[in-house]
Amino acid sequence: MTVLLGSGPDAAATRTPAAPAPVAAATPAAAATHRPVTGSVHSWDLSTGVDGPGTRFVTFLAGCPLTCLYCHNPDTWRMRSGRRTTADDVIAEAAKYRAFIEAAGGGATVSGGEPLLQPVFTGELLHRLKHELGLHTALDTSGFLGARATDALLRDVDLVLLDIKSWDRDTYRHVTGRPLRPTLDFADRLAALGKEVWVRFVLVPGLTDDPANIDGVARFAAGLGNVSRVDVLPFHKLGEAKWDALGKDFTLRDTPAPTPEQVAAAKAIFAARGLRAV
Amino acid sequence: MTATPAETTAHDTASDTAPDTARGTAWDGFKGGLWRDTVDVRDFVQHNYAPYEGDAAFLTGPTERTTAVWQRLLAMFPDENERGVYDVDIATPSRIDAFKPGYVDGTATDHKDLVVGLQTDAPLKRAIMPNGGWRMVESALNSYGYAADPAVKDVYTHLRKTHNEGVFDAYTPEIRACRSSGIITGLPDAYGRGRIIGDYRRVALYGVDRLIAAKEADKARLAEQWPTEHVVRDREEISEQIKALGELKAMALSYGYDISAPATTGREAVQWLYFAYLAAVKEQNGAAMSIGRIDAFLDIYLQRDLDAGLLTESGAQELIDDFVIKLRIVRFLRTPEYNELYSGDPTWVTWSMAGIGEDGRPLVSRTTFRALQTLYNLGPAPEPNLTVLWSGRLPRPFKDFAAQVAIDTSALQFESDELTRPKYGDDTAIACCVSAMAVGKQMQFFGARVNVAKALLYAINGGRDEKTGELVVEGFAPVEGDHLDYDTVAEAYDAMLGWLAKTYVHALNVIHYMHDKYAYERLEMALHDQDIVRTMACGIAGLSVAADSLSAIKHARVKVVRDDTGLAVDYEIEGDYPAYGNNDDRADDIARRIVSDFMAKIRRHPTYRDAVHTQSVLTITSNVVYGKKTGNTPDGRRAGLPFAPGANPMNGRDEHGYIASALSVAKLDYDDAEDGISLTNTITPDALGRTPEERIAHLAGVLDGYMASNGFHMNVNVLDKATLEDAMEHPENHPQLTIRVSGYAVNFVRLTREQQLDVINRTFHGSL
Repeated sequence: MTVLLGSGPDAAATRTPAAPAPVAAATPAAAATHRPVTGSVHSWDLSTGVDGPGTRFVTFLAGCPLTCLYCHNPDTWRMRSGRRTTADDVIAEAAKYRAFIEAAGGGATVSGGEPLLQPVFTGELLHRLKHELGLHTALDTSGFLGARATDALLRDVDLVLLDIKSWDRDTYRHVTGRPLRPTLDFADRLAALGKEVWVRFVLVPGLTDDPANIDGVARFAAGLGNVSRVDVLPFHKLGEAKWDALGKDFTLRDTPAPTPEQVAAAKAIFAARGLRAV
Repeated sequence: MTATPAETTAHDTASDTAPDTARGTAWDGFKGGLWRDTVDVRDFVQHNYAPYEGDAAFLTGPTERTTAVWQRLLAMFPDENERGVYDVDIATPSRIDAFKPGYVDGTATDHKDLVVGLQTDAPLKRAIMPNGGWRMVESALNSYGYAADPAVKDVYTHLRKTHNEGVFDAYTPEIRACRSSGIITGLPDAYGRGRIIGDYRRVALYGVDRLIAAKEADKARLAEQWPTEHVVRDREEISEQIKALGELKAMALSYGYDISAPATTGREAVQWLYFAYLAAVKEQNGAAMSIGRIDAFLDIYLQRDLDAGLLTESGAQELIDDFVIKLRIVRFLRTPEYNELYSGDPTWVTWSMAGIGEDGRPLVSRTTFRALQTLYNLGPAPEPNLTVLWSGRLPRPFKDFAAQVAIDTSALQFESDELTRPKYGDDTAIACCVSAMAVGKQMQFFGARVNVAKALLYAINGGRDEKTGELVVEGFAPVEGDHLDYDTVAEAYDAMLGWLAKTYVHALNVIHYMHDKYAYERLEMALHDQDIVRTMACGIAGLSVAADSLSAIKHARVKVVRDDTGLAVDYEIEGDYPAYGNNDDRADDIARRIVSDFMAKIRRHPTYRDAVHTQSVLTITSNVVYGKKTGNTPDGRRAGLPFAPGANPMNGRDEHGYIASALSVAKLDYDDAEDGISLTNTITPDALGRTPEERIAHLAGVLDGYMASNGFHMNVNVLDKATLEDAMEHPENHPQLTIRVSGYAVNFVRLTREQQLDVINRTFHGSL
């Protein structure tokens, strides 16, 4: 059994950039005293082509500081609604798919909820997915809590799936209930680190689809230099039943999904800035 | 894929090639020696085929002639669909040379067929094949509004005994009871067993005369042996084979072709091979009439003509297109009961292709691509049942094209070349859905399947049927108590499966003895070696229901609800249980053990003709019927609801996506189920990726991953639920909508409404 890195909230932060903490226990005593790292996990899933490249083992962590109006997984908002799970259990589950993923191409994604709400657990998962299982790793985040991601955590991430939900600040706040700034700061930091990023943008008619708003995101993303792709995700209402089940008011009930033409137009705006939009 | 209408000159070039009966010309340019001296098609293929590692860019679209011929048939399908059959010849019991020549459009002098030959004298006209059983013929005729011909009826009820009559003469009361309760269902005692693949390539490579000579030599060797019952039977069978080959020659001659000598051109190779197959489907109404592994073989002939400038690519494609049109219109007359089990009028003209040779070269040729291209040139269709033998080592461009075709048409199935090759060699083909066999060297005695979910209920009820309350199996005590104890149930189940295996193999021995005696596959067996491997292909249905029921009993608490006679009729589950389909060993081990235990029990019972025991985990569309015949089960499934198809986990209980679900299935050991393990996946396009290119790469990756995890078979449907719902309401808008079910493909609009709903309600794997 591997000794876990994160034995407390600060454990991940203490990893130095030059020398990542050793994976194996330094001493028997260290092994004897370690407490397993746990996190609140909503679910896990195998997906293809929707949570980063290829077929991926996706861990959805519970809890999110944002309350996006179009969220299709409002059941992941509260950390309490997840299941307390050890990193060992998640890694053991992921290990069952290593051979498949190696043959199929793909990796592992830590998603949510917002994974950076649980930075130690997220860091632990990413580190072990990457170094113990040898998988390509992706972090799916809104970036709002990007400051909580240590450089050590980011070293264990091969790709960041960064949701930039709007360029217009008021719209961003209206959609998410939170300010835009932290996400932009995180994007700048990822650019400085040269970390590969896929920007994700949810196209909601009447909400985020103003061409100026889209172009704001496009211009910003293009200026970063590390964005290899933009996913324009058409708004859909498949999560509507979950809102109802939670007794929450789904305010976009009457908002239509964008037409293929609207999606194409949004992609064209990104493409005009030299980005690969799909 | 772009469809470029090609000029018709290629067709003219091909048709102007005069038949040349000199073997010297026929084998010109071919390499290797062994195949020249003995009948050995594999050796010929290995010495002469050209692996193709390029992409699909060379392919061409349909010619005007192809499109016109296909359109003529397409126009006939709605009528056929409406009435169930287009036409029937009620007066002519079919045999190889029973019918005058027929053409899709026109007569012997003005038809447009490139590859000629029909089962009867007109397209879509079905023949009666009463050797299997008269009652089935009459019932089928009546169900489509025809009366039986009195003279024919007299022959098959008074003068000539049938397979069906023979079987029931030798069945025991116990077998009859199992048959009617539905614990054993679909036995080929009332229809042709099928699943025998003649090596139809032999006719093209050697010509019929050479094959007759080889059979005469076999017979001469047997003449030296003392006539035990086995030797006499073998001699009679060889004589029948030789007669069938003679009839094959006569039938071909009626179309103007002398096939006594080998084919000399690509066009002749296709024609000779098709005549051989046609003879088989004129004679046998087999459940599955598969055509074998023919892509690399035909490619050798087409490539030789291409190299010599006798053929263009468009001409080569046109030949394959026309051949496929013929395979698409194979028809059999079947009873309503048969159609309920295997719906959508399937014939399982399974065409196995690709794979890797024992020397490591891919068995992918340009003709492998051409075969897949027919789905674009003619549009999607369930037949022929195009089956790609998949390996991670296949050339990338071929993987991509096959994945693309699967995504665009939902008409392909994939089976693991890495699992079949070590067992059966690199000239293996699939019969029906998932039954692998070495072509010309191996055949199977098809055994349908038993219902292992119902068997669990019999174990709990001590052999009483949960629906009728009748005692079907004597000598077993019911499981008592309010709650089910796992060890007690497991022990009772083990005993009940032991009884079931014995009764089942008993029934199969009777069936195949009688099938050989009264409905022997003369022509198909003429295209086999004299010494062959026979398998006794048993099968199970209801695996996921049985496994989940046992998991519920083991991991949750299951309370029994009894009626006033003490019969367990329902179950209440207290707590959660791990379900098969989540890559969770707690449940998957139970499924794996059911398969391996039942296989061990089957192996205890000697088989007819010393056939090797095998089994499949496959249901075809009978998962609906099996479910109908099975009461409430301890997993929480309600009485009458369909089982999951094949080895699939139960609908909706797989909670972690189709890959986790597939990996549960991949844990079933192929050594315990050498007749195949079927998995059907229906995926929405969104769940494969965001662009067409991504979806192709991802599907190829998923297939690589599944086969690398020892998965055996995957049907891939890439469909939106909305499309299927629209097709239910507006079938006229979706005449060619094809969908894979367990081991074969069907026209969705030909399924019963009940089955359509089953397909739609079955786990659709999409992305949120």
